[in-house]
Amino acid sequence: MIATLFGILAFLVLGLIGVFRGRDANGIVYGASLGISAALGIVGLRALFGAAPATLVLPLGLPWIGAHFRLDALAGFFLLVVNLGGVGASLYGIGHGRHERDAARVLAFYPWFLATLNLVVVADDAFTFLFAWELMSVVSWALVLAHHRDPANIRAGFVYLVMASLSGLVLLLVFGLLAGANGGYAFTLMRAARPTPGIAGVAFVLALLGTGAKAGLMPLHAWLPLAHPAAPSHVSALMSGVMTKVAIYAFVRIAFDVLGDLSQWSAVVVLALGGATAGLGILHALMESDLKRLLAYSTVENVGIIFIGLGLAMAFRASGFAAGAALALTAALFHVFNHAIYKSLLFFGAGAVLSATGERDMERLGGLIHRLPQTSFAMLIGCAAIAALPPLNGFVSEWLTFQAILLRPALPQWGLKLMIPADGALLALTAALTGACFVKLFGIAFLGRPRSDAARDAHEVDRFSRAAMLGAALLCLLLGLLPGVLVDALAPVARELLGVRLAEQMALPWLSLIPIAAVRSSYNGLLVFLFIVLATSLTILAIHRFASRAIRRAPAWDCGFPDTSPITQYTGASFAQPIRRVFAASLLGARETVFMPPPGDMAPARIEKTLSDPLWEALYAPLGVWIAWLADRLNHLQFLTIRRYLAFVFVALVALLLALALWQ
Amino acid sequence: MHAISFDVAKILAGSLVLTSFLMIYQVRLLALLNVLGVHAFVLALAVAWQAHVQAAPELYITAAITLIFKSALIPEALRRIVVRLGLHREIENVTSLGLVMLAGVGLVALSLEVMLPVTAQADPLTRTDIALALSVVLLGLLMMVTRRNAVSQVAAFLSLENGIDLAAAGARGMPLVVEISIAFSVLVAFLVIGVFLFRIRERFDTVDMHALDAFRGDRK
Amino acid sequence: MPPLFVSFLAQGGQMAFVLLAAPLFTGFVRKVKARLQRRRGASIMQPYRDLRRLIGKEAVVADNASWLFRTAPYLIFALIWVAASLVPTFASGLMFSWTGDLIAIIALLGAARFLLALAGLDIGTGFGGIGASREMMISSLAEPAMLMIVVTLALIVGSTQLATIAEFLRSGAAGLRVSLALALFALVIVALAENGRFPVDNPATHLELTMVHEAMVLEYSARHLAMLELAAWLKLLLTMSLIAAIFFPFGMAGGGDGAIDLGGFARGALAWGGKLVVAGALLGVFETAIAKMRVFRVPGLLGIALMLGLLGTLLLYVSRGL
Repeated sequence: MIATLFGILAFLVLGLIGVFRGRDANGIVYGASLGISAALGIVGLRALFGAAPATLVLPLGLPWIGAHFRLDALAGFFLLVVNLGGVGASLYGIGHGRHERDAARVLAFYPWFLATLNLVVVADDAFTFLFAWELMSVVSWALVLAHHRDPANIRAGFVYLVMASLSGLVLLLVFGLLAGANGGYAFTLMRAARPTPGIAGVAFVLALLGTGAKAGLMPLHAWLPLAHPAAPSHVSALMSGVMTKVAIYAFVRIAFDVLGDLSQWSAVVVLALGGATAGLGILHALMESDLKRLLAYSTVENVGIIFIGLGLAMAFRASGFAAGAALALTAALFHVFNHAIYKSLLFFGAGAVLSATGERDMERLGGLIHRLPQTSFAMLIGCAAIAALPPLNGFVSEWLTFQAILLRPALPQWGLKLMIPADGALLALTAALTGACFVKLFGIAFLGRPRSDAARDAHEVDRFSRAAMLGAALLCLLLGLLPGVLVDALAPVARELLGVRLAEQMALPWLSLIPIAAVRSSYNGLLVFLFIVLATSLTILAIHRFASRAIRRAPAWDCGFPDTSPITQYTGASFAQPIRRVFAASLLGARETVFMPPPGDMAPARIEKTLSDPLWEALYAPLGVWIAWLADRLNHLQFLTIRRYLAFVFVALVALLLALALWQ
Repeated sequence: MHAISFDVAKILAGSLVLTSFLMIYQVRLLALLNVLGVHAFVLALAVAWQAHVQAAPELYITAAITLIFKSALIPEALRRIVVRLGLHREIENVTSLGLVMLAGVGLVALSLEVMLPVTAQADPLTRTDIALALSVVLLGLLMMVTRRNAVSQVAAFLSLENGIDLAAAGARGMPLVVEISIAFSVLVAFLVIGVFLFRIRERFDTVDMHALDAFRGDRK
Repeated sequence: MPPLFVSFLAQGGQMAFVLLAAPLFTGFVRKVKARLQRRRGASIMQPYRDLRRLIGKEAVVADNASWLFRTAPYLIFALIWVAASLVPTFASGLMFSWTGDLIAIIALLGAARFLLALAGLDIGTGFGGIGASREMMISSLAEPAMLMIVVTLALIVGSTQLATIAEFLRSGAAGLRVSLALALFALVIVALAENGRFPVDNPATHLELTMVHEAMVLEYSARHLAMLELAAWLKLLLTMSLIAAIFFPFGMAGGGDGAIDLGGFARGALAWGGKLVVAGALLGVFETAIAKMRVFRVPGLLGIALMLGLLGTLLLYVSRGL
């Protein structure tokens, strides 16, 4: 525990170095961050397998309350996730940070960001938690505005700040409700307090709002695709891969640990929001042509998948089916881990493309597999992993989620009976659309012919960046081959929150994954991988040994019409066009208009596509108008006489006294 | 009651629901009428099976009526109307078919969720039949709501009526008189609608219900 | 338990068996179609000859093809081969059948499709792009439909293991069920779409405006093309075997824990061959009778499959008897 706090302190000091030394400190800051993150990751790992939770109370913060810290299995797991992301991003930053224009602005806040991420996870009372939470918001906001001269970034920063304040405010209310009149602000006291079902219900909805707004749960996702891409790429990776996970940690902590028993309706709400987030998130991603925005929308989708798993766990727990809840929770947390890795990898790759070509728009890329071979290889692994293809890790967590859906315990509640199959279908749809989305990303940006000079003249990035990407890719593969390691590592978390755990996996023959029983379902990533490798090499050997291995290079065939201009290739928009017509026409209001010049006119015919976000128009835009109207009305309160201000104070005082009198 | 007779009854009722979905999906008029014939054919099978299982010979008559009128004569007559009206190449433009289908799936789940607990005391053989019959009725209604062409609305109405028949057959059969009178009323409805189709067509040159909306008297 | 190497032999036998049978099955379907169209048609053995001819040729590769383009055919073939070896053909419960369940088989096919679409985009030609784009559109509906069918089955049987499912349905314990009927109907639609058959795609030509599969492999030649063709045939055989194993599981040898029973294997192989002959004939008749769809009608068709899969799942969640 003490070690964790020292680590956080070291991050804070490191930030100061960044402030004073600026660009020269690039290597020091990122190198030291790497070391501290690695150390904190080991602390998390030990806490995960440790016997008893470590606690610590420091005389900081509010008087008589102090700052409580606690490191149990759940916190340990998330500490591991946070710092794994931190290690990757820091390693990447050593190389990538050199290209940074505003180095001082990033270097100062980067270690602080890592510090706050860690602090949220170990906080054990409402004050420390909220302090860390808000600090995390502010520091990440500063990082979003690192390139603040771009007007788009200013808007992103504004929207982000509004949403972050909303999330902090709502969480403040949650803890206020839970602490009650006596002010038991330590989580230990809240756990013991057992609120009434009404209060627990309200607190739960608020907690879902507050943590969901930070995680990117729909309809509170609007800031995420604006803010995450605006930051430097390794910070984007941290925000998408890690900060959303910290929000999910907060949700798990409140819903599973502090609140305890919740009604089945709460599970229905989580399942519905999770399913909608997953489906709409990936649909938005498919429509994007900006690499980093696409990845940010895909983060929204993955958060949805995680919430589906968490909703299943809540449903099973509320129905008294602890073993199923353990499976669903394990699936959700497995996905948390997976997403932290491959989303970091993909953002690193997008950053590498950005520093190699200066482009984020995939319509101006292409053919990078020839120019950036190692980056492309790592990105291919990342794309396949996030598309849930075996034998990589993304498949395992989706497989586990499906196994949880298939458990079908006797559910008494009809909302769940309808919602769980619907989520199954949405999950399946999301998985398939993710495949399409990442075929688009890799196929358009990395394959084909370069669509701009920048893409044609790109050069492979530095070795630190490559090491970070290839390391993450390796981790994706290893986790896919030996998923049992992580499932076993999650057993203490499940036992801590639900009282039961899944059977031990690493002791099984052939290292299979058997969540429930062998006749029910099993998956062996290692053997699948071995079979694929064997079959591939056998085929290649046989063909090359016994048949022809002659090869000739020639211009592309293209049915006899080889086109000379790379513009004639399929673009991202045209790749997504069928899916846009099928899905997005009704869901995202996608429209296509063709402008045909009149006969005789030599102007080119044009096709224009428009896309709208119904959620933004139905929810955010009216809200913004309403707030602006209200602000206008309230504006003249600023120009009153002092007598009137005194009257306000007086009226407020009397009203409060009246309320108190009526209350009793 | 054997398990197998139980299963066959369920399969037949389920196939009726499936055929209802195929009707919703089908936007070509002639193909839609073919599916309507299949719909009535499946219904005839289901009713005949109920007659066999319940040993209720009067249900065989119902099945026969269904087979002759609804699965052969009416679709054939409608087909002729469609050809005479020159609509046989018509493709209906149903907006967001996917959402309509999704709503249909929801309706089926809803009717099961409502009917199964209500009929908990009923004969297990007829229980699922009644629940699925309600789904067929709801799907027919859904189709009537979403279609604009008068012919497909007639087809939807007939499929709705098939659902009522299935429920009736499940509930140990209606009295034969009722059954015959319903059959006649359907026939009359069909004739009236058929005549109207021609009249409408003569007057307005279309059978698109949307186009007729402009002529409503109560609108200003 | 039989000796380890015998179990290996049975598993290896299955893998070799499907590989050898796949071209034959395609040849058979082509022959049926030709006869129905009153042509004499090529010999049933023609696919083997095509393969032999193709692998003997010099491969022509586009100038700007990457390593992905050259390795993809082998990987795609391997992925589908591994998936095919997990589907019970003549016997269920072979030694490594527990390596992956039905969901894993679908995901393996998904991985093959992912690579194929990327390979289509690698050269940067219009045809490759159109094929890849449409393939992903079709799969974005076909794959979830397939998964919902699996969910339906798994809810009935209580397992996603294909061997367990086949055993359970063979025992007749499931009875006739509405959800099973829905699943069969949906699975047939998905199988047609997944294999690029009528009414979704035309397997015989790429000179048509709705081409999907053939457009993606347009740039391939010689041994690479041979691998992709064989993979496509293997996939067709796989889906047919899957339908047979799930909905018509009679005659299959029950392996249990990898037990070896040669008589059972022979009977199982005979039954499997019989089922495939029927399936191939039906496919031929169906493809001759039906016209190809406009490409934007395909989502409606697949939407039906997805809805039916979802409906089956819902029915099972609402009432266990359906």
